[in-house]
Amino acid sequence: MTLRVFIPGDAAALSVGADAVAREVAAEAARRGVLVEVIRTGSRGLLWLEPLVEMATAQGRLGFGAVRAGEVAGLFDAGFPAQGHPRAVGLVEDLGWLRQQTRLTFARVGVTDPLSLGAYRAHGGLAGLEVALGLAPAEIVSLVAASGLRGRGGAGFPAGIKWQTVLGAGDGQKYIVCNADEGDSGTFADRMLIEGDPFVLIEGMVIAGLAVGATKGFVYLRSEYPLAERVLRQALAVARDGGVLGASVLGRGPAFDIELRIGAGAYICGEETALLESLEGRRGVVRAKPPLPALAGLFGKPTVVNNVLSLAAVPWILAHGAEAYAALGVGRSRGTLAVQLGGNVRRGGLFEVPFGMTLRAAVEGIGGGTRSGRPVRAVQVGGPLGAYLPDSLLDTALEYEALAAVGGMLGHGGVVVFDDTVDMARQARFAFEFCAKESCGKCTPCRIGAVRGVEVMDRILQGVERARNLEVLADLTTLMTDASLCAMGGLTPLPVLSALRHFPEDFHRPVG
Amino acid sequence: MSRFTAWDSGEARAVLRPHGGAPDAVLPMLQALQARFGFVHAEAVALVAEAVNLSRAEVHGTISFYHDFRSSPPAGRVIRLCAAEACQAVGGAALLAAARVLADGGDVVVEAVYCLGNCALGPAALVDGALVGHLDAERLAALVQGCAVAAVQVPR
Ligand SMILES: Cc1cc2nc3c(=O)[nH]c(=O)nc-3n(C[C@H](O)[C@H](O)[C@H](O)COP(=O)(O)O)c2cc1C
Ligand code: SF4
Ligand code: FES
Repeated sequence: MTLRVFIPGDAAALSVGADAVAREVAAEAARRGVLVEVIRTGSRGLLWLEPLVEMATAQGRLGFGAVRAGEVAGLFDAGFPAQGHPRAVGLVEDLGWLRQQTRLTFARVGVTDPLSLGAYRAHGGLAGLEVALGLAPAEIVSLVAASGLRGRGGAGFPAGIKWQTVLGAGDGQKYIVCNADEGDSGTFADRMLIEGDPFVLIEGMVIAGLAVGATKGFVYLRSEYPLAERVLRQALAVARDGGVLGASVLGRGPAFDIELRIGAGAYICGEETALLESLEGRRGVVRAKPPLPALAGLFGKPTVVNNVLSLAAVPWILAHGAEAYAALGVGRSRGTLAVQLGGNVRRGGLFEVPFGMTLRAAVEGIGGGTRSGRPVRAVQVGGPLGAYLPDSLLDTALEYEALAAVGGMLGHGGVVVFDDTVDMARQARFAFEFCAKESCGKCTPCRIGAVRGVEVMDRILQGVERARNLEVLADLTTLMTDASLCAMGGLTPLPVLSALRHFPEDFHRPVG
Repeated sequence: MSRFTAWDSGEARAVLRPHGGAPDAVLPMLQALQARFGFVHAEAVALVAEAVNLSRAEVHGTISFYHDFRSSPPAGRVIRLCAAEACQAVGGAALLAAARVLADGGDVVVEAVYCLGNCALGPAALVDGALVGHLDAERLAALVQGCAVAAVQVPR
């Protein structure tokens, strides 16, 4: 009997040795004459347990966490599958970390071989596309609207409204553009999805194409994700061979194909109009809106620009119904959120839950507090343009409106934990520094304001005329908020002012 | 020994040819050139401009906008160290400072990058196309000394 062993091939798992473990499992099996089939999957998202090796048993998959290559022989000695081994974590599906989740978008990630279209189908893949092929474009758009799906890239704009606009924009050439630029610190869900289940993104883009009448899609993927690039390139080839992409979708639909483009290391190219400029081969300079990309986007044509997770949620919605999706979540935040826990956190990773879990439940419950063991002091939610929140605000729910109500933003769902050694004035300085580095340069409040912000923060940190410089800081952030063309300059004050509001003592520390 | 080919304008033309002549091919062209030669040679500006029928100024403007493009070949191994918030929270800034000291004067290039998508397992680095998690001073020193990436990829 062949033993089936599942080992993640996700970049985060590889970063802590998953490849060496996989090689060692194969080598040890060969030495012992045991028949082993090693299947590389995505990551389940329990990143603190990586490399998480799973063995198929009659009861389910048995897990071994944080395995080192040197420990593989010991696993075989204990008798494979080695229940009771020090690295054993029990049946993976029974782990609280997974049982507390509602995995819709990430249902297959960590479970199946990401490049097997057969496994994709066997685990419910393409069911949404099958439904979509039997519907009129307007019916697909209505379903997406009824699901309450909002864009996961940060702004939370209703996907149904965007799609409706593009559908109504005439009969000419249109495009689907997937924003896979994922530049926010603390976020890695797009990467994990592309590496772990690329077909669900492809399926979502095909459905979007059917819905609005587009026959061509582009994925704009950041260059910092070389593994995701390799996986997606292969997945696109497999999807073409399998008839999911090509002259006629699944042999019954219109044409649809997807081209993969790679970014070149510019954070601002995650902003949708800068992304379109970049796709067209130019500097990633933000365009003034209007016109909306939905009406005049890529090459001036009506274009859907959606985040990876927005598009990847669509197959589930089509397959299970808009009501089932809308039944999850709170308020105007419907469906599930892929929470990404990072920074100084004991159990970091990705978990997918209906909108509405509190930050405290995420950071303390799921995450287990800090990795350093020290008290949590601040949590930054929503990437580099998101607010720093203190302990007193950790009971805020992870959903768009609740975070906005406390002066923050949900962004792409990244939650970065800091312990009590953090200097919040330095974090405020960094927010300006990052903005200065990544500003597209189009408008003065951002281009000049960010540089001035660094200087002002330096003086505050050095204790130079603090009261006066705090006034300058207030003026500067007001100007950036009010007069910047896009959210890069417009939201940089958010981390700065939240740090100042919630941690004022750090701006008044004695120098030296 | 270098993974890159020495600059050769004839070869550069051959690299550009499959990309056609539409202006949206500029980034893929520059990326292909850098993948082959390790950098975008000054002479490449004219070649790309000619291929897509843009002015040299436009192509140059595009190159200078993006952080990824190099104007000279890297001196040696490139260590891209994450300097963004989630890695700062676990000592990334100190590690970056240490890396710069270690690499000073040697043939290793240390570059700050802002998030590598490994924020739960930081500090993170990207070396020879592979991600390294839980980086610390010791493993960083090993990487600077040319140690194989696989040897420093181990769980905590
Ligand atoms: C500075 C800046 C960076 C952004 N980065 C990203 C990004 O990396 N990924 C993303 O999906 N959206 C990003 N966005 C949001 C996009 O502009 C846009 O709202 C999004 O792609 C729309 O898709 P969605 O509605 O599915 O979220 C960014 C916005 C700004 C202002
Ligand atoms: S706010 Fe900054 S990034 Fe946005 S358009 Fe202005 S200069 Fe460009
Ligand atoms: S912040 Fe360092 S990898 Fe994301």
